[in-house]
Amino acid sequence: MAVNGALATATIVAGLTLAAWGGLTALLDRPPGRTHVWGAGLVEALLAALAGSVLIGLAGGGTVAEPVLFAGYLLTTLALLPAAVILARMEPSRWGSAIVGGAALVVPVLILRLQQLHG
Amino acid sequence: MAETNAGPGRLLIGVYGLFAVAAGARAGVQIATRFADAPVAYTLSALAALIYLAATAGLALGDRRGRRLALACCTVELAGVLAVGASSLVWRDAVPDATVWSGFGAGYGFVPLVLPVLGLAWLRRTRPAVTR
Repeated sequence: MAVNGALATATIVAGLTLAAWGGLTALLDRPPGRTHVWGAGLVEALLAALAGSVLIGLAGGGTVAEPVLFAGYLLTTLALLPAAVILARMEPSRWGSAIVGGAALVVPVLILRLQQLHG
Repeated sequence: MAETNAGPGRLLIGVYGLFAVAAGARAGVQIATRFADAPVAYTLSALAALIYLAATAGLALGDRRGRRLALACCTVELAGVLAVGASSLVWRDAVPDATVWSGFGAGYGFVPLVLPVLGLAWLRRTRPAVTR
């Protein structure tokens, strides 16, 4: 199952790392910079790869518990970090870093929900 | 004087926006696929989603009208999460399917309980200094 494999674990770890970085830079009173954008880009790339592998799995005859809900979670997961980066760029203060960190913290939660539905 | 829609306010707008999407999508799916199972719970979910959406808009506007809208939303939201949270404990069968506010928002890491408090605190902190 694609959504439960090593790629998902790597994405969760990357998300938690970005969350920690966002939180740390917010605590240090630093605005979001290139590290936040690149970090979000890396996690987003992993998420896109994860979504791709899930779709390939479904095309190959896999099933999910609630297709509509699953699709909703998948789209939310993909849209989350780009939206956070846009919002963070409007806020060049520690709170911008906190926005990136907060959004990154939600990524692992959404992946866990996807795994439950994929079960 | 801090602006309502900047600084920590921008983080609040982000969290409110996320909850508007989360609660709205959840209510949408529930109402579209199995409304008859728990009409009260699903209507409540949809109402919560609308309140989150209005609060997001109010905070983002940040002017007099926006602040008034956000204040109303946060107040209703706090009352809602307390009432639904308490009733979901007292009458376990009253709400047959979980809503965002069941168990004081335990399913969402208690964020629904903390969020209106933070919203009200932020609105109070950014109150314009006008003489009454």
